[in-house]
Amino acid sequence: MNLSDFKLESQRTYWAKALVELGKERQDIVVVSADLSTSVKTSLFAEEFPERHFNVGIAEQNMMSISAGLAACGKTVFASTFAAFGTGRVYDQIRQSIAYPKLPVNIIATHAGITVGGDGATHQIVEDMALMRALPNMTVIVPADAPETYRAIKAVADYDGPAYVRMGRANVPTITSDKGKFKIGKATVLRDGEDVSLIGTGIMVSRCLLAASILEKHKISARVIDLSTIKPLDHKTVIKAARETGGVVTAEEHSVVVGMGSEVALCLTETAHVPMKRVGIPDVFGQSGDSDELMEEYGLTPENIVEAAHDVIARKGR
Amino acid sequence: MAVYDKRLLKKLERKANLIRRHVVRMTHLAGSGHPGGSLSAVEVIVALYFHILNIDPKKPKWEDRDRFILSKGHGCPAWYAALAERGFFSVKDLDTLRKLGSKLQGHPDMKVCPGVEASTGSEGQGLSMGVGMALAARLDRKLYHTYVMVGDGEMDCGQTWEAAMAASHFHVHNLTAIVDRNMLQLDGPTAQIMSIEPLADKWKAFGWEVEEIDGHNFTEILKALERSKDVKGKPNVIIAHTVKGKGVSFMEGAVGFHGKAPSKEEYEQAMKELGGEP
Repeated sequence: MNLSDFKLESQRTYWAKALVELGKERQDIVVVSADLSTSVKTSLFAEEFPERHFNVGIAEQNMMSISAGLAACGKTVFASTFAAFGTGRVYDQIRQSIAYPKLPVNIIATHAGITVGGDGATHQIVEDMALMRALPNMTVIVPADAPETYRAIKAVADYDGPAYVRMGRANVPTITSDKGKFKIGKATVLRDGEDVSLIGTGIMVSRCLLAASILEKHKISARVIDLSTIKPLDHKTVIKAARETGGVVTAEEHSVVVGMGSEVALCLTETAHVPMKRVGIPDVFGQSGDSDELMEEYGLTPENIVEAAHDVIARKGR
Repeated sequence: MAVYDKRLLKKLERKANLIRRHVVRMTHLAGSGHPGGSLSAVEVIVALYFHILNIDPKKPKWEDRDRFILSKGHGCPAWYAALAERGFFSVKDLDTLRKLGSKLQGHPDMKVCPGVEASTGSEGQGLSMGVGMALAARLDRKLYHTYVMVGDGEMDCGQTWEAAMAASHFHVHNLTAIVDRNMLQLDGPTAQIMSIEPLADKWKAFGWEVEEIDGHNFTEILKALERSKDVKGKPNVIIAHTVKGKGVSFMEGAVGFHGKAPSKEEYEQAMKELGGEP
């Protein structure tokens, strides 16, 4: 199994497809953009429903609080910008205007993580998941591929509260389908296994699948879990995986210091002690480069996951 | 100058006095809070809640109601007192300000307090929320009007001007901002901390219809608020010149009472001045 075995698709294209469909189905859907509508693809919604699209210019603080005002008057709002500008730059607006009053504002963040590539560290946010999952009332979703992004968007549109949906700029391998309903808070076991669990989120889920096929050649049976909801965490699936396989590797395109792996580690510390290793970006800022090069530079390849799995298995029973 | 019925003006003046007594009592009982910026805002809030706003205290979530946002959330004791006197909840609840489990949080919480339209406290966000509400009204072809009271300290916040720019860009004429221009902020006079003048010219430059009034004069307040609903094609701002701590001699113009509750002696003195029983 290789990366080239998969179809590569854009999460942004599927998010926009879901958004336009929602716009057709529901009059209460409104969209707020901040001068990046062509990049985040809300321009497609704007073309169809110009009266329900508000571009506020490069003013993300205003974007978040205007979204709150719209939501307080019965609208289901999609506010979309790059992850760096849709979280860190506006943490307080999200906190007070949106999360505290639990308003139905969906923040759709594109261009997350290092796969942004050439734009460099200013645009490669690696701590956005941490910021968002720290907020009470916030739901945090990181879809694994384009079809799951489509389903997640439909799900958050029906959810009565704030949600953060994170995706990258790069095309990602399609490993799920757009059929069926996305269940917020439910992880999916993509491949069963007994020796180790590989828990991935976002683009790293496909890397976990590739790692599992490499491990199979080493006679190691790996379970692969698509942990697409970071908050609320699917404790049941995580604990079950830890207990049944006796070892856990997490993989995320995000800082390991404050990311999904940290959350899984905390969960397991209190419930099921097993050897564990977190694959992700260390405690550093990114840099310019090609996205594949950057994935190698920061240790986010299937081989890194395989190495981590061996380490975890070696520590079993110690 | 429009002439208002003397009985109306008298009624509003009595309400303002009552609200002031509540503010002093509430902050004294709580042992903390922001009396200065509550007292400066009293007349505007009374004019809105007892004459201007189209609201129904029995149906606080009525879809067609006018909206009011207190962007300067720290002034909420005055807002809470007006809401209670208007019947949104019991006047007795005012004694629970800032107490554990109270709907009267130190800064407004729309989730727990009837009549509170937006959660505020971190400065500079209310006007943006108001723009969102005004846009929602337009989308729904509803006739309600959105009023946002902002503090002059909030003129320091960049987001205030982002909102000002957007309101004008989107031509939301169903939005009125009222600046409580009490000339003081936490650290001192606004002129010393951060110069915001020429304030009226700034709003004009951002495309707003501007009116300056005496924010303690009901005739001027009512006239400006009524006129603001008739402005077409652009948003409207009323710069209400007020006195921080208005109505209590030792709080008037005193920076020290921005965020300090009156002691027992101060409370008794204030109530005496306001003609109420301690």
